[in-house]
Amino acid sequence: MSWRNFLLVALLVAAAGMVLPRVLENPYYFFAGYVVLQYVVIATGWNILGGYAGYTNFGTSAFFGAGVYTAAFLIKAFEAPLLVQVLAAAGIGMLLGLVTGYLTLRIQGVYFAIATVALVVVLETVVHNSDYLGGASGLTTIAPPAPAWFAGPTQYVFCVMLVLALVAVGIARAIEHSWVGRSLRAIRASEPAAEACGVPTLRMKLAACAISGGVIAMAGAPYPYYASHVDPLSAFSLTIGLNALAMPLIGGTRSWIGPVLGAVLLASVQQITTVTISSEFNILAVGLMLIAFVVLAPEGILGLVAELRERVGRRRATT
Amino acid sequence: MSAIVEIRGVEKRFGAIRALGPVNLSLQPGERLGLIGPNGSGKTTLINCLSGLFAANAGTIVFEGRDITQEPAHVRARMGIARSFQIPRPFTGMSVIENLLVPMDYLPIEAGAREGRAMEILSSVGLAGRRDAPAEALSQLELRKLELARALVIEPKVLVADEAMAGLSEGEINDVLALLMRLNERGVAIIMIEHIMHAVMRFSQRVVCLETGRIIAEGLPQAVAQDKHVQKVYFGERAGR
Repeated sequence: MSWRNFLLVALLVAAAGMVLPRVLENPYYFFAGYVVLQYVVIATGWNILGGYAGYTNFGTSAFFGAGVYTAAFLIKAFEAPLLVQVLAAAGIGMLLGLVTGYLTLRIQGVYFAIATVALVVVLETVVHNSDYLGGASGLTTIAPPAPAWFAGPTQYVFCVMLVLALVAVGIARAIEHSWVGRSLRAIRASEPAAEACGVPTLRMKLAACAISGGVIAMAGAPYPYYASHVDPLSAFSLTIGLNALAMPLIGGTRSWIGPVLGAVLLASVQQITTVTISSEFNILAVGLMLIAFVVLAPEGILGLVAELRERVGRRRATT
Repeated sequence: MSAIVEIRGVEKRFGAIRALGPVNLSLQPGERLGLIGPNGSGKTTLINCLSGLFAANAGTIVFEGRDITQEPAHVRARMGIARSFQIPRPFTGMSVIENLLVPMDYLPIEAGAREGRAMEILSSVGLAGRRDAPAEALSQLELRKLELARALVIEPKVLVADEAMAGLSEGEINDVLALLMRLNERGVAIIMIEHIMHAVMRFSQRVVCLETGRIIAEGLPQAVAQDKHVQKVYFGERAGR
């Protein structure tokens, strides 16, 4: 897909999202759709470090929670508008990514993953012990009203998340198709070889970690507006970390479309099972799908598609 | 002529084990140097210190008159010290040509000229026909060639070929040797680490033999091969003599 087509599709999706609240009356669809889009942003952000550079981050919820609480703080302290909350959360996320990256990216593989889990615990403990942020019982966040154009606050925050998703995917795609993406892929394949080819590996990993952290934190920013209440247990939930990892793996980590597919598929299944079967079932659904993909399609949906294409091509060549 | 690489008193320790040094070694511009020694004698460690993957614990490394001991590996690569790895490390998930574009991203080459340059190098190592093949699909010989091609992109002044011929057939060894010779004719100094003796002996103008981290012999290939000490570390001593 060329940049022009990509932008065209993005604009169409954005326009459809803006018109949808006028067509669909039931706000529940936007309530559920928000979560799906939120995971598109999270999975896309995760994949910049986890997929392109091959560094598995288990601490996604630390970045997400940092975004949530940055926004909650800004609402409480300044009644800041949503745009400011989003930008501030992205900034905090990038900073957090840079700092944790600097401390942990010298470690590789499983050790890096463990270090990122520790980050969740640290941040959650900090929030737990902060009276200003509501401690363990959380904080009620009354956000400013939605612009009049939107049918309601849920529809508004859905549209905001849609724009964030498009921005996140645009960033991921730009990285993937540039020299930055190429260097990250080289790092994933072999760090010593990348270094020997002139790639400043530490600097590139730091950049990936900062961008990834910024995008994930950005996904958390509209949450106080969406839920009207934030608490450390849901903001730093390990389920977010699990989903962030499962979605790109199910969709495919090598391209920007993989996390998008994985997030839409998995988050939709979770939303549907939550209302039809039980809210407890949705985490089981993640587990089952993850196992199925790891066993049957280790390269995710993208890998499956590539394999099918190859088979069809071979069959054509032989006949 | 002044040396292009000057290694002075370089040491590398891993905990209590001294894997290398102190080693003094210099390389002339355009020279073909063979580096031999039994397994574990410190050849690759020396090369890792030279290319910057390991920080030396002591000593200095000078390249073209500049002290590069503190420079990270990617800076040394851009200065013109290229290497191939003992076990090929292709950039998987990329095509062959994209593997060559990685180092080019950090060199002042115009965007329009990159593909042409990459193709030129691929042709010179005989991989032009595989330009769009995924790196995972290459044979052992092709991987070795890709490893060298990727090192050539930076137009190195010094190339370290770390066992670039291991696991290859006689014909393939000749292929790689001819390739290295052509490079050397263009003025690239080459350090060849190799266990395939006849290849090192044919190729090198000077041979250095390492044993437990120290240089035990240095000189013309024939002289080093006949050195009693070298023969002892390679073949052992005959008992009861």
